[in-house]
Amino acid sequence: MKFHAVIDVQLHPGIADPQGSTIERALPTLGFDAMSNVRSGKSFHLDIEADDEVAARATLTEVCESFLTNPVIEAASIELTPAEGAGS
Amino acid sequence: MSTVGVVRFPGTNCEFDTVEAIERLGGRGRIIWHEDTHLDGIDAVVIAGGFAHGDYLRPGAIARFSPIMSAVISAAGEGMPVVGICNGFQVLTEAGLLPGALQKNRGLTFINDWQNLRVSSTNSVFTSAAEVDRKLRIPINHFEGNFTCDDSTLDDLVANDQIVLTYVDNPNGSVGDIAGICNRERNVVGLMPHPERASDAMLGSNDGNILMESLLASI
Repeated sequence: MKFHAVIDVQLHPGIADPQGSTIERALPTLGFDAMSNVRSGKSFHLDIEADDEVAARATLTEVCESFLTNPVIEAASIELTPAEGAGS
Repeated sequence: MSTVGVVRFPGTNCEFDTVEAIERLGGRGRIIWHEDTHLDGIDAVVIAGGFAHGDYLRPGAIARFSPIMSAVISAAGEGMPVVGICNGFQVLTEAGLLPGALQKNRGLTFINDWQNLRVSSTNSVFTSAAEVDRKLRIPINHFEGNFTCDDSTLDDLVANDQIVLTYVDNPNGSVGDIAGICNRERNVVGLMPHPERASDAMLGSNDGNILMESLLASI
């Protein structure tokens, strides 16, 4: 099966995020003064072939831990959906 | 004559300064391209500073997969001295040769300034010629130089005397004021300051030479 994956990488709480902090400081100057706790991150979108969702998730978890994140400072969450045309 | 291989990735920019600093002290420096796969004729390795592979994904994250790194990891395991300076330190942590990680500076700014360092341990290939508590004036030039690790890793670093250099006035928020560490075997050292930029009084300091001399003496 083919799945579409969206991988969201965020710094652990407490790890400095200059981009998020800068955006947060800029928001009130634009008139948006109701927002706080801005954190920036990275997202990766990709397609993966696997026998099933469990197998796809296992492979992506391995990729996240070994390459897409540095587990000392970052964590990833993975969303999987069947890719267009899957099962046809 | 001892030959120090200085690894050059796309984006490395301190390799020539590093070779110059080594050769002024009587060693031989040889640039090694990151796609090379062996370290034949090399007695020690320096991973020089810069922005390897554009720092894409994270500093050091792509560099770790360059072909030369397999040879470096293998040689380090056999005891060859390996030193990572600045971006090279980031590469060594990403490659798993050193613990911890380098996060963005506490003040959220890139820092390019002189620092006073303290030699915390002389039991490493990069500090063996110095004395404990010796002060060294060496510049830093980084955004992601804030060393971090979990508490148990920090306890291990202290217990095993793996912290080799500390900042006198911590500029970036590094845990334990850490500027440089070594592995348990003491042959792999990573540090954020640039000793090659403190290799001649004309540059403002020659305090970096004692570190390069240590490396040459370790071969």
